Amino acid sequence: MNEEQELRVKRIENGTVIDHINAGQALNVLKILGIPDSSQGVVSVLLNSPGKFGIKDVVKIENRELNVREVDKIALIAPNATINIIRNFNVSQKKKVHIPTFVEGVVRCVNPNCISNSNEPVTSKFDVSVEESLRLRCTYCGRSISEDIAKHLL
Amino acid sequence: MKFKGHHIISMTSFSRDMIDSILETAERMEPIALGKQRSGLLTGKILAVLFFEPSTRTRMSFETAMYRLGGDVLNLGSVDASSIAKGETLADTIRVVDGYADAIVLRHPKEGAAQLAAEFSTIPILNAGDGAGHHPTQTLLDLYTIKRESRLEGLKIALAGDLKYGRTVHSLCYALSLYGAEITLISPRELRMPEEIISDLEKRGAKVTETDTIEDAINEVDVIYMTRIQKERFPDPAEYEKVANRLKITPELLTDARPELRIMHPLPRVNEIDTGVDETQHACYFKQAFYGVPVRMALLALVLGAIEI
Repeated sequence: MNEEQELRVKRIENGTVIDHINAGQALNVLKILGIPDSSQGVVSVLLNSPGKFGIKDVVKIENRELNVREVDKIALIAPNATINIIRNFNVSQKKKVHIPTFVEGVVRCVNPNCISNSNEPVTSKFDVSVEESLRLRCTYCGRSISEDIAKHLL
Repeated sequence: MKFKGHHIISMTSFSRDMIDSILETAERMEPIALGKQRSGLLTGKILAVLFFEPSTRTRMSFETAMYRLGGDVLNLGSVDASSIAKGETLADTIRVVDGYADAIVLRHPKEGAAQLAAEFSTIPILNAGDGAGHHPTQTLLDLYTIKRESRLEGLKIALAGDLKYGRTVHSLCYALSLYGAEITLISPRELRMPEEIISDLEKRGAKVTETDTIEDAINEVDVIYMTRIQKERFPDPAEYEKVANRLKITPELLTDARPELRIMHPLPRVNEIDTGVDETQHACYFKQAFYGVPVRMALLALVLGAIEI
């Protein structure tokens, strides 16, 4: 982020900055992270911020690092996002999210008659492909989700 | 090729070599299926038959297959009289039956049920239909019928009826694409084959054309595969009547048909094939129902390790 943007949103001492979120997806990222309930630190959200490749959203969370499942979920709705771990005002780790090839317990199947939507002791499982566009295919019933993935996140 | 211990869940996991091996094994089973030869191949083995919804032909052909090979059958019986009525999960039912039998045949109204069962079972699961999902043994018996009564290589086939919701035609199309079939799809506009499937078939090398009358295709194909059009899919009963009568095979329609033409149907039929067709050389649907026995015998013998190929 450049200086002008830093003035808009204060730097954080410790925590996570999720940058390059597809414009319009920041609120879904907050939903994935269970914010505000799961975080007591300050959370800053930047919407429609100009970036090198067009507008983007940015989320800064104080005193919180993300787990693998949260990162997998973010990758599904913001495949270009970067996760920056901030320690002592410095970026101690910077990594791009990777779209996983398989997700478990992350998305609910859209098929109401899918066995994964019943009271069976299983979590949802999806194979993820990115051939033409991002597509999740249910391991149980084979139904695909390719649009509004955020809407189906667990 | 190792089949022992394998689950039979969906046709998507079958290569052409695997299908060919199963069909060849089924051919060897035919004299036993016809009762002309006795076999004790599966003596001492128990097949659990768990049907959470009725399907008389599929259940009986699995039971016949097991008995013909000297094995025994354990039937879940009525769901209403079992622990499922008390709220037991499918996962628990499978774990319990796993301890009683050597293989499980599962029919369930929910899609993905067989996949779930496979996760909880240490013995082979054979999917006998999961909702609108998969019914691989039906596809294999359809392929076997085509192989025995027509030809799989260079086949020209027409699929007619409810192509939108009919899971049998979806799986069959995918399997036929492995053999480079020319496929003609005949259906009313409302019940056309989903675009996604047509595109998949074309990518896999099948030649696909669409039409809405049987007359256009009946003299051109080797096999016509009829399916039932379900009345409940039509909000207006008059619309159903119009379509149902248009997609009907009658003896008159077969006047100029080639002698080699074979007519298939997964059964039960309602009125899409006139009973006058039954006595013609083209009718193949009752034989098709019988062919379920050798195909299921082959599958049981393979997954239980009684035959290795």
